[in-house]
Amino acid sequence: MSIERDVMEYDVLIVGAGPAGLSAAIRLKQINPDLSVCLVEKGSEVGAHILSGAVFEPRSLNELIPDWKAKGAPLKTPVAGDDIYFLLSEEKAFKMPGLFVPKPMHNEGNYIISLGKLVRWLGDQAQELGVEIYPGFAAQEVLIDEQGIVRGIQVGDLGVDREGHHKPDFAPGMELRAKYTLFAEGCRGHLAKRLLAKYELDKDADPQHYAIGIKEQWTVPAGQHKPGLVLHSAGWPLSVGGTESLGGSFLYHLEDNQVVVGLIVDLSYSNPHLSPFDEFQRYKQHPVIKQYLQGGTRVAYGARAISKGGFNSLPKMAFPGGVLIGCDLGTMNFAKIKGSHTAMKSGMLAAEAAAEALAAGREADVLDNYTDKFKASWLYDELYRSRNFGPFLHKFGALIGGGINYVEQNWFGGKFPFTVHDRIPDYATLKLAKDSVKPVYPKPDGKLSFDKLSSVFLSSTNHEEEQPCHLQLKDPSIPLAKNLPMYDEPAQRYCPAGVYEVVGEGEAQRFQINAQNCVHCKTCDIKDPAQNINWVAPEGSGGPNYAAM
Amino acid sequence: MKAIVSVKRVVDYNVRIQVKPDGSGVVTDGVKMSMNPFDEIAMEEAVRLKEKGKITEIIAVTIGGAKNEETLRTALAFGATKAIHIKDEGEVQPLTAARALAAVFKKEGASLLIAGKQAIDDDANQTGQMVAALLDIAQATFAGKVDVDGNKATVVREVDAGLETLEVDLPAVITADLRLNEPRYLKLPDIMKAKRIPIEATTLADLGVTAAAAVKTVKTVPPPSRSKGVMVKTVDDLVAALKAKGLA
Repeated sequence: MSIERDVMEYDVLIVGAGPAGLSAAIRLKQINPDLSVCLVEKGSEVGAHILSGAVFEPRSLNELIPDWKAKGAPLKTPVAGDDIYFLLSEEKAFKMPGLFVPKPMHNEGNYIISLGKLVRWLGDQAQELGVEIYPGFAAQEVLIDEQGIVRGIQVGDLGVDREGHHKPDFAPGMELRAKYTLFAEGCRGHLAKRLLAKYELDKDADPQHYAIGIKEQWTVPAGQHKPGLVLHSAGWPLSVGGTESLGGSFLYHLEDNQVVVGLIVDLSYSNPHLSPFDEFQRYKQHPVIKQYLQGGTRVAYGARAISKGGFNSLPKMAFPGGVLIGCDLGTMNFAKIKGSHTAMKSGMLAAEAAAEALAAGREADVLDNYTDKFKASWLYDELYRSRNFGPFLHKFGALIGGGINYVEQNWFGGKFPFTVHDRIPDYATLKLAKDSVKPVYPKPDGKLSFDKLSSVFLSSTNHEEEQPCHLQLKDPSIPLAKNLPMYDEPAQRYCPAGVYEVVGEGEAQRFQINAQNCVHCKTCDIKDPAQNINWVAPEGSGGPNYAAM
Repeated sequence: MKAIVSVKRVVDYNVRIQVKPDGSGVVTDGVKMSMNPFDEIAMEEAVRLKEKGKITEIIAVTIGGAKNEETLRTALAFGATKAIHIKDEGEVQPLTAARALAAVFKKEGASLLIAGKQAIDDDANQTGQMVAALLDIAQATFAGKVDVDGNKATVVREVDAGLETLEVDLPAVITADLRLNEPRYLKLPDIMKAKRIPIEATTLADLGVTAAAAVKTVKTVPPPSRSKGVMVKTVDDLVAALKAKGLA
């Protein structure tokens, strides 16, 4: 059955209102105010699906909006100190002397911000310049014509029930067409995933590597609050010496007694019994962390996957009619644990390339000038210098890998004459359940540590209940037939929102998907060992409603 | 025939409300705001009446700061034919809102005010009633069903005892209850068109209205947190525990 769809045409269409998409939109209008620029965002408003640490390096913002201070950008807390700890056990820690801190981890001149607030502000700046922003509308399909050229996107239909039937209030999604489409969905975008496959964009690159970041926001007693303090840690509760589970933590003191705390777990972990959520909960009990949180109140919770493969995993960035920008492309600098300034820069470069092409009367071709601009930019240089950081850690663990990284960054300026690769994709790293030790996680105490459901509640996640499940299983038998016996179905643990459950016993056993809890982190799409879970955008507006994450 | 629909910008119903540490109100910084859900129902009802040919014009009105424009854009996307923004940066009390709406009602020569029964932020449930009193016209509150015929409206009200059917002469005020209708999805093409419709701006002073200051919020506190549950082993223990609390 074909559905008649409304069509709108634009010069440039952008998918996703994060730092990359909004910076691209603003840059396009700065270059040529007459360009028509449309931006769609699946969150209920700009910022609703944004989650980051975040320590923000203002380099790109300085280039994009030099007078950001006068315009009231929410950069309020300059970094006042960098503490780095190596946590040795649940009680012990080693504080790294400043001298041995790798250069990319120095934060002078940076700000502790809420990225959610920053993108809301960028959204206002974009709208003032005449960018049309439509939050609450998810890009569901890429429009590709017979010649294989991307012509835009189709917005998701509204009013479809669980079985796919049209409800009385059915509203067909519109077709948004453009001369160039910029994909800025963030890490593991569901459209970018299809584009990478269709145009084989990543065939010459290392596989993309990912991590899951779980974050909470706390209001803490004034006496424990040190505005501007940045604390990072590695080691416990993840692997202290080995490489079984890697990652690190952050704890930042913002303004107004607000502290944000989070744990980043590499999705290359090998123990299928590992639960990133429970690791995070017990991490907060460490004395180094507890000293800042105790007596406080948790006000928000969320999680998001991170593309951290960096330079070695960069795919081809342009294809006919479109480009990838930001975390859809994978521009995060993992050595700095920062991706906002790099995402913004990639968006600005794509905008400059698209504006140049449009001015020359071109349309719907491959923006090779975007690739050229990228390679000539500081962004390329920055990612190149950090290219060995992830592979060092994956191969040698946090202690030794981190040490080699210190030598490369501080003595060689990031320019070792060789590149280390990590070619095992994250979904292929799990050991069998029977060969792995089950960690014993302490019960939540309701003060510092909590259970999953009360946590998801704090993400204000909401989905229209009557709609097709947006977590599609390519083969519905795999969870129970393969993943359960082999890996004790790890989805039950890697999902930070309690979406996946194996319920019942024997004949009545089934794999339950609580899709309404989904916080859109995309971890399942990445880590499922059978690559059987396909995350697609649910009805627009669905998902978390983060206030200032 | 013209209908006025009042629309208020409130903290979105999905948001977990946080009280400011100093008790001066709730946190709205960075918080998602949207049209009061009961006002959406009022808006939907007006659009349905227009689609049935019962009314010809829908004027959406809001009072508040610059960001309230978004709420009016939503109303225009629903199908309002005109939008009026009464610009005011201060706190708007129900009586002020009622005076302003009454002034717009008179100025526009409207026959109907359709409003949400209450806003989900202050739960005052006063504005519609006060507009009716100020204009000395009929009111039918908590509407679960509305029918307009000529210069009369038939309204089924949801009351404690069941359903009450009223017939009111127009002009009148109708306030929408939850089950009046289910608001439609806003379509992207309608939202796009709504962006291009100019919004009429005015102020309380222009309307000859003085702000009311009769009510002052003294303090806002969060509800007490639920105390921890007690696990009991047997039914007898449960009965004993309930008795000890005087509940059985």
